[in-house]
Amino acid sequence: MNKYRQYYELFSVFFKIGAFTFGGGYAMISLIRNEVTQKRKWLDDEEFMDMLAIAQSLPGPISLNTALFVGNKRKGFKGSLFAGAGIIVPSFVVILLIALVFAQFKDNLVVKKVFLGIRPAVVALIAAPLFSLGKAANLNWQNLWIPVLVAVLVWKFSVSPVFIVLGTVMLGIAWFILSKRNPNQ
Amino acid sequence: MELLLLYLSLALAFFKIGLFGFGGGYAMLSLIQHEIVVTHQWISVEDFTNIVAISQTTPGPIAFNSATYIGYSAVTDSGFSHLAGIIGSAICTLSVSVPSLILMTIVFLFFKKLSKSQMLQAVLQFLRPAVIGLIAAAALMLVTPDNFVDVKSWAIFGIVAIASLKKADPILLIALSGVAGFFLY
Repeated sequence: MNKYRQYYELFSVFFKIGAFTFGGGYAMISLIRNEVTQKRKWLDDEEFMDMLAIAQSLPGPISLNTALFVGNKRKGFKGSLFAGAGIIVPSFVVILLIALVFAQFKDNLVVKKVFLGIRPAVVALIAAPLFSLGKAANLNWQNLWIPVLVAVLVWKFSVSPVFIVLGTVMLGIAWFILSKRNPNQ
Repeated sequence: MELLLLYLSLALAFFKIGLFGFGGGYAMLSLIQHEIVVTHQWISVEDFTNIVAISQTTPGPIAFNSATYIGYSAVTDSGFSHLAGIIGSAICTLSVSVPSLILMTIVFLFFKKLSKSQMLQAVLQFLRPAVIGLIAAAALMLVTPDNFVDVKSWAIFGIVAIASLKKADPILLIALSGVAGFFLY
């Protein structure tokens, strides 16, 4: 019985996090940190920071990666399934309901007008964080060409981001091997 | 048979998005858009922007939200039933999560080594600026005649961008833009 309770706890903690964080990203991380390190002591602070670095550098949503790691740490593979389900279920239910309803109202004149106002706002919300993200990624005049080249390739030449990611990873590995060979540089 | 093929190509597309979606959130947008709008044309740019707007105002990561929504709408738009659509949205949501599950399970085994890995650091040094480029591309790809119909659209864009840089709440900004759209158009 106690065993099931631990699985349920994993599910419910991440369900709560999945249900109450809007817009994803960094608001979610502080909430996860609070639940996992302070309230429940499943991970200590250093472990959490290391885990976060990995969760951010792997593909996939950061919240899902974090949930999977914490679940795995608590109860192994099965634990990660329960924690992952907890993160996924709330947004699945909400969006499915919206998809069912929105399909009926999409051609309604009022809805059309409202979304005509919202769409440029969405683009602004995507573009605005670029400045602070650029600072966080240590962008400077030497490496500014990387984001500019990537943006132009994907936007103007419809290059798949898959190739961008693969190319970047290979560039990083090549750089690593070369700098190992010439430690002076 | 036709439905099974649609399920299969949806599953593959979202598996790919989960596998190559680095940087979380907005960075995954250009990849989602490339797969869903450019390659498969399951939905229009207009509808895609609406989904991003819905995503910004509902809990959960954008990758899940768009998987759930597109899974439903791509199937029902092809003339299949609501139930088939719901199954489609479950398939897409699972497919986008599976790569994370596989990778995090493997990573968990090598965690200590990986968090100190110099090669990972070298790769991240290139990946971080590239991710900025992917986000910029996501914004640029949404600047279309359907989303920016006239000068009023650009006014909304400008005001929201500035307000967002001043740390205004994104949900509030979207709500206000919707109200503005209703009165302006």
